[in-house]
Amino acid sequence: MSETLVHGDEHEAHGPEQGKGILGFIKRWLFTTNHKDIGTLYLLIALASFFLAGAMALLIRVELFQPGHRFVDPNLFNQMTTFHGLIMLFGVVMPAFTGLANWQIPMMIGAPDMALPRLNNWSFWILPFAFSLLLSTLFHKGGGPNFGWTMYAPLSTTYAPPSTDFMIFSVHMLGISSIMGSINIIATILNMRAPGMTMMKMPIFVWTWLITAFLLIAIMPVLAGAVTMMLADRHFGTSFFEAAGGGDPILFQHIFWFFGHPEVYVLILPAFGVISEIIPTFSRKPLFGYSFMVYATVSIALMSFIVWVHHMFTTGVPLGAELFFMYTTMLIAVPTGIKVFNWVATMFKGAMTFETPMLFAAAFVFLFTIGGFTGLMLALVPADYQYQDTYFVVGHFHYVLVPGVIFSLLGAVYYWLPKWTGHMYNEALGKWHFWLSAISVNITFFPMHFLGLAGMPRRIPDYALQFTNFNVIISIGAFVFGFSQLLFLVNVIKTIRGGKKATARVWEGAHGLEWTLPSPPPYHSFVTPPKID
Amino acid sequence: MISKKNMRLVTILAAIVLGMFAFGFALVPIYNSLCKTLGINGKTNATAIAYDPNKVKVAVDREVTVEFITTNNAGLSWPFYPKTRKIKIHPGKMATLVFYAENNTDHLMTVQAIPSVTPGIAAKYLKKTECFCFARQTLNAHEAMDMPLLFHLDPALPDEIKTITLAYTLFDVTSHT
Repeated sequence: MSETLVHGDEHEAHGPEQGKGILGFIKRWLFTTNHKDIGTLYLLIALASFFLAGAMALLIRVELFQPGHRFVDPNLFNQMTTFHGLIMLFGVVMPAFTGLANWQIPMMIGAPDMALPRLNNWSFWILPFAFSLLLSTLFHKGGGPNFGWTMYAPLSTTYAPPSTDFMIFSVHMLGISSIMGSINIIATILNMRAPGMTMMKMPIFVWTWLITAFLLIAIMPVLAGAVTMMLADRHFGTSFFEAAGGGDPILFQHIFWFFGHPEVYVLILPAFGVISEIIPTFSRKPLFGYSFMVYATVSIALMSFIVWVHHMFTTGVPLGAELFFMYTTMLIAVPTGIKVFNWVATMFKGAMTFETPMLFAAAFVFLFTIGGFTGLMLALVPADYQYQDTYFVVGHFHYVLVPGVIFSLLGAVYYWLPKWTGHMYNEALGKWHFWLSAISVNITFFPMHFLGLAGMPRRIPDYALQFTNFNVIISIGAFVFGFSQLLFLVNVIKTIRGGKKATARVWEGAHGLEWTLPSPPPYHSFVTPPKID
Repeated sequence: MISKKNMRLVTILAAIVLGMFAFGFALVPIYNSLCKTLGINGKTNATAIAYDPNKVKVAVDREVTVEFITTNNAGLSWPFYPKTRKIKIHPGKMATLVFYAENNTDHLMTVQAIPSVTPGIAAKYLKKTECFCFARQTLNAHEAMDMPLLFHLDPALPDEIKTITLAYTLFDVTSHT
């Protein structure tokens, strides 16, 4: 949205201070307060988690390749569904977007760094400890948590393995980390913008992150409260979720989804921001309806707080509540539709080229919309009674999360990697990665809808014989998708190590402050605030 | 170190975080009182409601079937069942039922029965004057007991409700006492 005319020359460029040897290396990364360093750390932990949680998904698909108990023990299967969900959410998508925020937000708004650099360091370094705690449960006696990422009581209280307490504390730590990260992002955006960068001139990615950060500070404490109640029920004799003591297991679902539904918008809103940056660049047109995009994002965020019961239509909630939550859920399709319309309108009559980031963005628009439509189907109360807890739901949310959120992340990395490293990635390899991913993602997740409609329940390590064909197809698709991601890994590593020099602007149609900096940007950028038109 | 502007903002945001943490816990009483007031969670009254035959008008022109179901929660293997499984009553008329429970173990146990009504909307019209579910029941080893249930249906019960199912789940709460 904004153009720089001139920006002050950087102070004497100097890189990070690094001592000698391995100790110097550890200290440099452990004590760093530089937003670019911390952004890199976030992105690296997300990349590692992506392959870990992906491997878990493949283990699930191996078991489901054929009916009957084949490869893994059912308890391990349940642990894999739990961990795949938890790690993809808290270990991949959230850290990856926080990494993007760390790298990009200061550069996009012309700030020298994040507002609270030390807090930033702390937010990141909590994560490795939280994940160690979480993953250690897999090796505990009795196994790790096996009740799904939704942790429904009483599965997570009365019937849970002892290691659940480790998971609870890990969730607390993850919550603290993302709350601190969000506070930092809000402070940066509100207080650190370059002079002249008004709110309505901010790049849309910055806007979506500002709203996401507000969502996070509103909901992560509620999740912390929910798991604290779980802990109290498990050990301190309370009965929040136990009917025998006057509590109610359904209460857990209400509290959890009060967190859980806004959480899905925490995952998707920054993705919307990324797509809204990529599409204008490669369409060589400004974003269509910028202010509508901002208002649509705000209204999605506000509405996300009044739809949570659509996750629990079959729990016996009264008819009036079912109707209310059905209508509010369907209402969210309106601002989301505005967004999709604006992306398409941005592309309309644009001089489009299809480099890898644009391919991922275009696929996002199409495939995310499919996930949105199945979401609308699930919002209908009478239909939901049939779809509830089947593979239809699995198909729905993987469509919004994989070709939705994950594609936006992959697109974002291809889009900004030349800026970060100063090298162009390998375009041919990127295209291979895209086409293999785009085809296999559909082979993997599309048949899930049919299985769900035919009645295959989710989260069960076995299925009836008539579901075999589709499950074989899904497993093959999943393996192609999983191994295609290795191309991405190779491409990223190659780009970091070398490659064709990238120009400052990188993309012909790129606009925004970050493209006025050289590639790679100096360690300390915008020490003097840029002037904004 | 931290500028005044940032400090102010961080303080506000931290207050929101603490407020939302408290709100998470406040949701517990909020849901409870909401469900109780609206009578939407399928639960019946937990304390006795007095029955005054002079004040309640019996709807002699209507008959409602009430079915009784019992379940033992996991880990409990007591014989526990209603002596009458199904009755037909006029709304407003008092019904008296007996449930049988027997501690078939070799040690003293305490149990708590938790009611649930289907359809859930009927719960607030089902009024109990006496119920074994109002309190915990302690039985010695191999002791058996007939447990009473006295209730009536509020004549305001919507016309379309013809059958009500009252289910009791028995929970072992020995370790809680």
